[in-house]
Amino acid sequence: MKIDRRNFLSLGAGATAGLAFSPLPWKLMDDSSIWTQNWPWAPVPTDGEASYVDTVCSLCSGGCGITIRKIGDRVVKAEKKDSDNANSGICILGLSSPQLLYSPSRIKTPLKKVEDKWVKISVKQAVAEIAEKLKGLRKDKLSHTLACISGSSAGTVPALFERFLTAYGSPNFITVPSVKDIYKLVFSLTCGASCIPAFDIANSDFVVSFGTGLLDGWGNPAAAFKAHSILKDNKKQLIQIEPRLSNTAAKADKWLPIIPGTEGVLALGMANVIIGKQLYFNKNVLFDSVTEGFEEFKALVEKDYSLEAVSNITGIKQEDITALAEDFMKAQSPVALFGRGEGSTPGSLHEMMAVNFLNALAGNFNKTGGVYLLSEPDYINWTHPVLDDAAYYNINAKRLDGAGEGKYFLAKHLLNRLPEVVNSSKTSPINFLFVTDSNPFYTMADTKLVEEAFKKIPFIVSFSSYMDETASMADIILPNHFFLERYQDIVTTCGLKPAVGLSKPVVNPIFNTIHSGDAIISIAKALGGTIAESFPWDNYETCLQETLEAKKDVMDKELFWIDESGVSNAFADSSGKFEFINDKTRQTKPYIFVDAQGEKKKYPLTLIRFDSMRIASGYTANSPFMTKTVADTVIKENDIFIEINPKTAAEYNLAERSKALLTTPKGKAQVRVHLYEGIMPGIISMPSGLGHTGYDSYLTGKGININELIGQIEDPASGFDAAWGIRAVLARV
Amino acid sequence: MSETQKVSASDNKRKNTGGTTILFFLIGVAISLAVGWVIFPKLLYLKKSQPIDFSHAVHNEAVGDCDSCHFFREDGTFSGSPTLAQCIDCHEDVQGDTEAEQIFVEEYIAQNKEVPWLIYSKQPDCVFFSHAAHVKKAEMSCESCHGEIGTSETLPIYEENRITGYSRNIWGKNIAGIKKHTWDRMKMDDCGECHEEETGDKGSCFQCHK
Ligand code: SF4
Repeated sequence: MKIDRRNFLSLGAGATAGLAFSPLPWKLMDDSSIWTQNWPWAPVPTDGEASYVDTVCSLCSGGCGITIRKIGDRVVKAEKKDSDNANSGICILGLSSPQLLYSPSRIKTPLKKVEDKWVKISVKQAVAEIAEKLKGLRKDKLSHTLACISGSSAGTVPALFERFLTAYGSPNFITVPSVKDIYKLVFSLTCGASCIPAFDIANSDFVVSFGTGLLDGWGNPAAAFKAHSILKDNKKQLIQIEPRLSNTAAKADKWLPIIPGTEGVLALGMANVIIGKQLYFNKNVLFDSVTEGFEEFKALVEKDYSLEAVSNITGIKQEDITALAEDFMKAQSPVALFGRGEGSTPGSLHEMMAVNFLNALAGNFNKTGGVYLLSEPDYINWTHPVLDDAAYYNINAKRLDGAGEGKYFLAKHLLNRLPEVVNSSKTSPINFLFVTDSNPFYTMADTKLVEEAFKKIPFIVSFSSYMDETASMADIILPNHFFLERYQDIVTTCGLKPAVGLSKPVVNPIFNTIHSGDAIISIAKALGGTIAESFPWDNYETCLQETLEAKKDVMDKELFWIDESGVSNAFADSSGKFEFINDKTRQTKPYIFVDAQGEKKKYPLTLIRFDSMRIASGYTANSPFMTKTVADTVIKENDIFIEINPKTAAEYNLAERSKALLTTPKGKAQVRVHLYEGIMPGIISMPSGLGHTGYDSYLTGKGININELIGQIEDPASGFDAAWGIRAVLARV
Repeated sequence: MSETQKVSASDNKRKNTGGTTILFFLIGVAISLAVGWVIFPKLLYLKKSQPIDFSHAVHNEAVGDCDSCHFFREDGTFSGSPTLAQCIDCHEDVQGDTEAEQIFVEEYIAQNKEVPWLIYSKQPDCVFFSHAAHVKKAEMSCESCHGEIGTSETLPIYEENRITGYSRNIWGKNIAGIKKHTWDRMKMDDCGECHEEETGDKGSCFQCHK
């Protein structure tokens, strides 16, 4: 039998026909479809028993009570703690905490920079090397050249760092400023005592917000959302005054667009209407008996803040100003809010004081629906650190940021001054820098200036959990546990009732990290002498337990203690009255409102930043989950969009999604354009929180960090950074 | 050679060629059928033994029902295969004289290490299945899906599909997917079939694929 090509063809045909009658093709088809669902990188939820652990989120200053759902040892979900407590809640950043816990950009072990490369070291080695360097500095009588930048000044961890600096002999403990600092200043200057405000938004019937981002991340965001919901449920009014239709403005009863930077002028214009029409008498407030400097204040507003002048400056119609002032005073429990957006920049002291005069005119202090003046939680009652001669001598050295002296007499910390101080010296006045709970290289305005300063500092130790921008400039990183792995007291004091919450570990530390509290205690012990003596605790947990002993029961039950007792000693000092003008404020008179940097002729537009709940712009950066929720009119792949009014866009021949070159006195960036009716003509806005250079591939290079384009403006009254924007120009590319 | 002879020779040749073609066709069919029905299943499935043997029969007798070990948690979720926490009460010390028992106590209990059981009924992760809805609400018996495993003396060999990684029990022992009992297969069509019988409807995608 001769076998030819035809036979092979028929063998093939037979095999094909046979296959159709076998299970092989059908089974393979089924299996391959299941195989495609089994990519090794596809996240697969863990199987097992669910357990729930309550803790307090510290990813922002909100300190929300949250519940973590675990399967076995794996954290799978974060949710709001089921409780009536005002601090129980969660935002999108808190929801992302499982993703952040297991993030690839976490630093897994202490690192040391050797010839520009990271080398893994042990915790012991890191502590020993830091202690050795610090010993050398002390020997050279340079202990005051140690500085520490801390994300907060409240709570035991910042207190341990401050204590370390004191025992070591340095006055340079500096915190990252925010609107909280201005709140304290406003009230201590006018109410004669150190107190913090709690705006009773939920019980107010008329809230006038001068740009405060109630729904855009202000204060304790979850509690602010709750207060806003109650206000809305009660069908009470919210008037939002800001140049951009933010989320808060969109949900308000009225949005009054205002030329940015003139909010304080508007407040004084309203005050003029109120005083001129004697509306404050409606409140039965006998001003002479309860206030100081009222006549002087009255003369000031009558002279400089006439309706016409205010309308011209602010861009708001005279009749709208009058109506707003009248409605505010007609209300039973009106309240005026201040602090722009989420409040990450302190802002102008005079602007904030001007708005707060409206609260004084309404006589709403310590009244339901008004402003409670409360004392800060005060529960850290440690003995004084032990000081040897070197420490004693050096803690009295001048602070590097100049705070508390001369023209900066009002401020306690002035981080914004640091870059200039460092850059203007031949050699860095800081020899050694600790950076804890903060990422100043990213969050401070004028990135170039900040970078120059950081590069000049000889030795930086970062305690960051992530390879953020500041950590990547450090010489040693002693990574902190993530908040779900550690104990810590979290103090919330921004604009709502102050509370202290307790963060509890939900899982064992995943990596070779160390609690920053333990790290600083270990460094102190390694230094020995009086420094070690100042830290009598075996470890951070003992220190925390001892500190919170008196509140143990409350904390065990609810995780929180809200300091209600603290109606402060406001008005107790000096005159015992609300002081519109007093000797201290006279020193910084007349009222100066901070303008944007840049020549109007060269830069005809004004660039402002906006905050969004979907973009974390503080110490904690965006999670991949959050970035996915950002609209593609804000960021598309790596391109950032600026918002511009269609009228302004037409002047520049720009269409939706056009590419443009944005130039400010501080830098240039290529952007895309989003036409938005919700922004005033002549103004352009850009989100804060993008343009990271640190972290991981999910974040790096996404958009632009607005701080690269905006400079700092020193508030003439307080010294804090008061910049709210910058002049800019756009060119089509 | 005459004309007639010539024609018949070429006819024969054609006949022969036709016969060979059919023969090869049939050989092709036979090879494919053999590959598809016999060789393919052997190649597709990897035979694996469980880390230790286990007798459901013995345990059933000792503890009573299936749900003594495969129980519902307080929140309504199903515990699945028992963990050491359920075994440790009885098995802190070696019981009986089987080799499996000794390995279990020494290598797992004593070292507090969970037994990496191979799960015959593990479904792909894209499927959401609630035991509570089926067992508690619809009052189905365990056997309806898991068969007579509860009375088995020893654990069957685990056959792992080399492509999907799942057990052969999902597709069923019969490579053609033919079943005699409800528990012979656990594919989506089987769920649909039962749902149609019981509820009149196969159900919608999102009921199971969340
Ligand atoms: S608001 Fe802040 S504290 Fe609250 S959940 Fe969000 S990130 Fe955490």
